[in-house]
Amino acid sequence: MGIDGSSALPGPVFDKDDLLAQLGKVLPEGCLLVDEEDLRPYECDGMTAYRQLPLIVALPDSEAQAQAILRICHARKVPIVPRGAATGLSGGAMPHRHGLVLSLAKLKKIVNLDPVARTAVVQPGVRNLAISEAAAAHALYYAPDPSSQIACTIGGNVSENSGGVHCLKYGLTVHNVLRVRGLTIEGEIVEFGNAALDAPGYDLLALINGSEGMLALITEITVKLTPKPELAQVVLASFDDVTKAGDAVANIIAAGIIPAGLEMMDRKAIHAVEPFVNAGYDLGAEAILLCESDGTPEEVDEEMARMTGVLKESGASGIRVSQNETERLKFWAGRKAAFPAIGRISPDYLCMDGTIPRKNLARMLKAIAEMEQRYGLRCANVFHAGDGNLHPLIMYDANVPGQLDLATAFGGEILELSVELGGSITGEHGVGIEKIVQMCAQFSPAELEVFHALKRAFDSDGLFNPDKAIPTAARCREYRLIRDSAGGADHSAPGGA
Amino acid sequence: MRGLGDACLERWADRLRAASAGQTPLRLCGSGSKDFYGQSPCGEIFDTREYAGIVAYEPTELVVTARCGTPLARLEEILAEKGQSLAFEPPHFGAGATVGGCVASGLAGPRRAQAGAVRDFVLGVKILNGQGELLNFGGQVMKNVAGYDVSRLMAGSLGTLGLIAEVSLKVLPVAVAEQTVCFELTQDKALDLLNRWGGQPLPVSASAWSEDVLHVRLSGAAAAVSAASRTLGGQRVDHEDAYVFWRGIREQQHVFFAGEVPLWRISVPSTSAVLALPGAQLIEWGGALRWMRGPDAVADRAVRRAAEQGGGHATLFRAEQTLKAEYGVFQPLSAPLARIHRQLKHAFDPQGIFNPGRMYPEF
Repeated sequence: MGIDGSSALPGPVFDKDDLLAQLGKVLPEGCLLVDEEDLRPYECDGMTAYRQLPLIVALPDSEAQAQAILRICHARKVPIVPRGAATGLSGGAMPHRHGLVLSLAKLKKIVNLDPVARTAVVQPGVRNLAISEAAAAHALYYAPDPSSQIACTIGGNVSENSGGVHCLKYGLTVHNVLRVRGLTIEGEIVEFGNAALDAPGYDLLALINGSEGMLALITEITVKLTPKPELAQVVLASFDDVTKAGDAVANIIAAGIIPAGLEMMDRKAIHAVEPFVNAGYDLGAEAILLCESDGTPEEVDEEMARMTGVLKESGASGIRVSQNETERLKFWAGRKAAFPAIGRISPDYLCMDGTIPRKNLARMLKAIAEMEQRYGLRCANVFHAGDGNLHPLIMYDANVPGQLDLATAFGGEILELSVELGGSITGEHGVGIEKIVQMCAQFSPAELEVFHALKRAFDSDGLFNPDKAIPTAARCREYRLIRDSAGGADHSAPGGA
Repeated sequence: MRGLGDACLERWADRLRAASAGQTPLRLCGSGSKDFYGQSPCGEIFDTREYAGIVAYEPTELVVTARCGTPLARLEEILAEKGQSLAFEPPHFGAGATVGGCVASGLAGPRRAQAGAVRDFVLGVKILNGQGELLNFGGQVMKNVAGYDVSRLMAGSLGTLGLIAEVSLKVLPVAVAEQTVCFELTQDKALDLLNRWGGQPLPVSASAWSEDVLHVRLSGAAAAVSAASRTLGGQRVDHEDAYVFWRGIREQQHVFFAGEVPLWRISVPSTSAVLALPGAQLIEWGGALRWMRGPDAVADRAVRRAAEQGGGHATLFRAEQTLKAEYGVFQPLSAPLARIHRQLKHAFDPQGIFNPGRMYPEF
């Protein structure tokens, strides 16, 4: 269901009792939830602003059970919303009111880990970090490390094409997955990719990554494991001006260095994090950069020398290099705790996820500062500077009437500006339900129709995760009408703040 | 103000609309350097070379945007001026190879196992569909999960889904240092070593084994390359010779590829044991790519079965048209995958005008 309550699907056309009776035959006891108190925990994901109770929650513990569920539901045209750990930040796992939430939480086995081939075959409910933990004995790890890696599952990572703080050098989820086994909406087993480095035909594996649970149900994944670098070191640089910090990032890249991690935080983010984590960040700085180098000790030495040189020349007001692993983790702890730190100083916050060409960073930050004034809301910024992925954290209080709407409008304006500046409305969190309106800003009606046609090629009845990610043509017409009557680029804050 | 490019795209749009209306199959073609690849090309030739040029290149953003007809060599030259490159080291297979053909064929060179495939570096595309509409997917940023990843889907689609007009690629700095070393080894020993090295943080950027000689290229920071070179041992290869050797592997000018005997490309997990096949083999990608020169009489089933048993697939990469028609170029797809392929093709190209039959005869 859309935020506005509209749905491309008609109401239920099936008999709920019959559906439950059939599902009861294929699922063990306790794996089918229907009572409101049991359904309640499933009403939202990490995007808590949007909630909806599903009709049913099913928790299969095998691919065969998942297959049986899909066959039963497909025959009755029941919408299916796949769900992992529900750490998603865009409402991608928000239930459908007439649908079934298919939780993959019980499929959490590491099926096989091959240290020689450097691959792991895992079920979708395996946590991201659990893969690296299992691989550690072989000096290997799974490279993509979203901040939620303790809790988030690999199935969810594939569905969202998750990133992390090391993806400039090590890639996104799509670069680290070799094969996805899944079920079509009809319940047929299908494999995208294989155990080799490529597969015949179209690159459907690339399509499945980031498809937000709308093309197939994932039941098994083969991930690539990466040899653990012998050494990693991070440099923490302070700047008295965000533009200088942005230029420093460009200068590092121009020097031919691809750091293992390259993160930026602005003044507000530093001030939220430092009292919480005591990472040692410079409270006098306008921005800090975290630049990591990894590899052999010789390699790290060479790169750190070049990197600190560039940072100094770029006008860093302070530079600290981690002296040991404890200190390196301490420097990172602040960045990794940025979201909870904001949660500590504000009752609620919205996390945006736009990407922009890095050269436009200063312009974007200036625009955000102006929006803060206009909307009367604070916004802290953390930035995957290496790959241009900005996370503005808009602080609001849901108990103050109107503030959620203000925060939503604020966020929407940031995303539209991201598109205007040559970027995208989402870098790694997905569109889900949250950014579906802004899809109309990024794509033309003809482009959106390609997405719909592509979806139909996999799921002709539109039963997998309905009404997410790709807006209907009607929705976009409405959006354009409102935008154009408001005067295009001349954004005015609702409520005249 | 409208540029020459716009006029070209407008003409192309008219031609595509006319082709759709008349259901006229088109054979999208740059210089034709990869005409040998895939099922036999058919249809009216649609030359893409007119739409050429670099649209934008920002070295500090690690992104280059080029029109489809841009010569690949020209693009590589421009990147090299800024100390950057296409990390997937694409083969040209001819002096006139274009950027469009590079992406449409989806072929990567020796660096693939370390750096990634073409699709891993595609950030965005503009495509023309059969209605002559210019559609924009992805963009010029590293991370973008808005909508389905249509731009990566274009890599390796052999021009069957639409006309790739423009593409944005991620570029990377050229390694500071490079050293090739070689060893005399049997195939099974070479495979064993390559897999062992693969599990260590070594800067191996290419490998090639044939006729009991294994070449390994190391690329990276100077200190890392010299340290790794000491760890690996072997005989050091002179830089000029190494350059010629790796170019020969990439462009299939190496003696292994000479002659008219059919060439199979077998993609398997790097750990697959030596494939018991009757032809000579050349191994790349740390063991994950096995080339085989099959005697004419070799039944395709033996090759395809060996590939499938290893968890991979086999492509009849170079062969006479009659042999390709008989065996099929690409490994057959499972029933659900074949259905999704047909439906995807129909979704993108309902009139079936773009390179019909180039990938699989049925679409």
